[in-house]
Amino acid sequence: MFQAIALYASLIIFGLGLLYKGSTWFRYRMGKDGRKTPTSKRVSAAFTGILSTVFSVRILILAKVFVLDVVLQVRVLKEDILRWFMHICIYGGFMLLLLMHALDRFITSAVFPDYYSTVNPFMFLRDLFGAVVILGILIAVYRRLIVRAPRLVTNAMDHYAIVIVAVVMVSGILLEGAKIVSYSSYKRMVEEYSGLEDEEELRSLEAYWVKTFGVISPHLGGPFDEKTLEQGKELHEMSCAECHSKPQWAFTGYGVAKIIGPAASWFRQANVPGILRYVHVLACLIGLAYLPFSKMFHIFASPLSLLANAVMERGRSTPANIATRQAMELDACTHCGTCTLHCSVGVAFEEIPNANILPSEKIASIKALASGRKLSQREHRLIQEGVYLCTNCYRCTVVCPVGINLQDLWFTVREDLLRKGYPEFLSLSPLSFYRGLMREEIGEEDYGGALARPREAILAECNLIKREDKAITLTARDRELPSGLSLSAQANTFSVCFGCETCTTVCPVVRNYDSPKETLGLLPHQIMHACGLGVRDLAFGSNMLWDCITCYQCQEQCPQGVSVTDVLYELKNLAVKNVKEKTLQQTGRGS
Amino acid sequence: MRFALFLGCTIPARLNQYELSLRAVLGKLGVALVDIRAFNCCGYPLRNISFKAFVLSSARNLALAKKKSLNVMTPCKCCYGSLKKVDHLMKENTALRREVNATLQREGLEYEGGVEVRHLLSVLFHDVGIDSIKKEIKSPFDGLKIATHYGCHVLRPSQIVEFDDPVAPSIFDQLVEVTGAESIDWTTKLECCGAPIWGINDELSMDLTEKKLRDGRASSADYLCSACPYCHIQFDTVQKVILSKRGNNHRLPSILYTQLLGLSMDVDREALGLEMNQIPIDGIEGFLSEQTVTTNDGR
Repeated sequence: MFQAIALYASLIIFGLGLLYKGSTWFRYRMGKDGRKTPTSKRVSAAFTGILSTVFSVRILILAKVFVLDVVLQVRVLKEDILRWFMHICIYGGFMLLLLMHALDRFITSAVFPDYYSTVNPFMFLRDLFGAVVILGILIAVYRRLIVRAPRLVTNAMDHYAIVIVAVVMVSGILLEGAKIVSYSSYKRMVEEYSGLEDEEELRSLEAYWVKTFGVISPHLGGPFDEKTLEQGKELHEMSCAECHSKPQWAFTGYGVAKIIGPAASWFRQANVPGILRYVHVLACLIGLAYLPFSKMFHIFASPLSLLANAVMERGRSTPANIATRQAMELDACTHCGTCTLHCSVGVAFEEIPNANILPSEKIASIKALASGRKLSQREHRLIQEGVYLCTNCYRCTVVCPVGINLQDLWFTVREDLLRKGYPEFLSLSPLSFYRGLMREEIGEEDYGGALARPREAILAECNLIKREDKAITLTARDRELPSGLSLSAQANTFSVCFGCETCTTVCPVVRNYDSPKETLGLLPHQIMHACGLGVRDLAFGSNMLWDCITCYQCQEQCPQGVSVTDVLYELKNLAVKNVKEKTLQQTGRGS
Repeated sequence: MRFALFLGCTIPARLNQYELSLRAVLGKLGVALVDIRAFNCCGYPLRNISFKAFVLSSARNLALAKKKSLNVMTPCKCCYGSLKKVDHLMKENTALRREVNATLQREGLEYEGGVEVRHLLSVLFHDVGIDSIKKEIKSPFDGLKIATHYGCHVLRPSQIVEFDDPVAPSIFDQLVEVTGAESIDWTTKLECCGAPIWGINDELSMDLTEKKLRDGRASSADYLCSACPYCHIQFDTVQKVILSKRGNNHRLPSILYTQLLGLSMDVDREALGLEMNQIPIDGIEGFLSEQTVTTNDGR
């Protein structure tokens, strides 16, 4: 009764969970197209898209992807044989157990009319599949906790996934072991199937089972004489063998039985088999009910992601469908860490400790963002920095085992984030090159706005540069600036500048403007001088700093050996560090 | 001749024709390339923001190459400049090296030095040699005028990058001329392409590029030629933006050096990815002559 209620309850939660999660794919609004199109249009566009694909030659592509990437998981195989083996063990073994063992009343009995869970091959196969899953779990634990690839993050959800599968499997095996030694199970079978009534015969059969099959009897312990065993064997072959293979075939459970044998009477008193049964069934039902909300939901979303990405492409597919696909991809991620392992800039995480730099963590943050969770400005800016710190090399997309178009996702989210109006200082670096190539798609207003904001934020910290006369007051000097330029030996060469202006003369940026001072603020030689004087405001607030093209003409031609370009590089580092910390602190106070 | 090929981030994602053509050409010239999948970004785009992240990025790549006992060859001039700069910094600054190595050791790597960083052009010039290349030229160009673009980050700072004479370089010109083309004199030859500022200050970037296009055309060049993904994308994709925003006056298509060399070596045009250029360069095939002509090196 309890079991039936629990089963139906978990099925209902599971079903509602699927509906809820599926609906987010059409409700989450990411990117221009995602915001523009209402949910109803997205649903109808998805139907049209799916129908027009299924009834076209592209069905062949889908079939191919289904076999190779979904069933055989070739993309995982290409990445790492051990991981592929691990996943095939867990998913293959678990699926087979689900079909043959958990759903035996519906599936196995229907396919094989003489099915009994206690008869081979079913008895053996159940244990084999279980052992295969356990092997997979052990490899997963080894990978997550022992090898630990660089920058692989293991979160609570990863632990949950391993634990829930492990509990289901281990409790199942223990239960089987407990049943093998269980005298009451033996009694029940004898009563149900043997039809024996003669005391002696019953004792012979029992003796045979105790001797050969590991049953622990409270009455009989052996040793038994040959004759009793002989009679027991005969009775066994007559009444039992047809429906019960030797328990040794259930090798994992039999192993457990051998270990727990001595404690069998205690087990019986404490009703351990009953408890194990509850643990096993409850773990299955909890896993089922929580599946749509856990990373196990990838069982549904990942195949869909693989299939959708095989036939969809930005520019060719309906924008509404791209938006839906991107929302779905957030659920398809299994947090396997392949993208992070291959990320071109993942190594930067060691110096810029923002987990959002790592693609596998970035996608988790984007999920929170898409769900509409209220983020503080600080959280928002950290995601923004993580999304911007990307060379758009497409490696993450190429290696993703579930085919998520991560690069496309970063692009969509980057513009959404920037539109919020917080400054992104990374936009003052060549990381902006790719964004520049996409400017048509972004739209002029959003494009330019995002570029202006970091300069404005830096300027806001530079009071002196706003003064018309630029007269330097003595107090405005920052004595730490000259000594702060210390990242490399080249940076303090500014001190030998004698103001000959060669750097400024050869600078192609300066040459580009009719009145360079108005556009650029301080010119290169003046910035060198400003470093010596410690007038931080003038150095940081000059456009020259951010418009430097790093062509090294100034440095190459300096007669004094001033590493002008290298000094400018360090000034940029300092300016950004300074203003980034300041603006983040302000937001920390809850604004 | 065996090198670890350091493609960087831009080429695999946005400039397939460069990878295709360089593999085709170097294969014929007997240069073996080894791919190291674990290579990461050279750090160039991070240098404005985080010096340490920049150094760590390049140092990790050098450590990976060292592990395989290979010298590094890169077809990107910004990657080249970064790898060279970091190699120099790590040699010169022991405190920095110790700090970076402490981070690298966490993934079992160590920067030890001893890895040579080379640009594709210097490998072609010094290791393969003009004479060997000349032997492979099957249909040299005839009457083709090329505006050779050196690229800043191989030339300067010259003490660190050690590519060629920073004031009067000739390696690239000689490599262009071995194909039978003429490498013209033009005043902005050694100037910036504008790419480093593209996406940050587009007007300035387009000004700088346009200046080069104008100068190239005024010096009667038929094509620009570069050997760097950033320079090429600037002259190709960004030029397209310039043409649409600022008019067609200074149109000057750009070809990658490996495409130019490949054409004169009779490499299959499919393998050179000519079609992938944004501004069409089919016209250049009209300059190919039928029979082999000996060219002098021009300098």
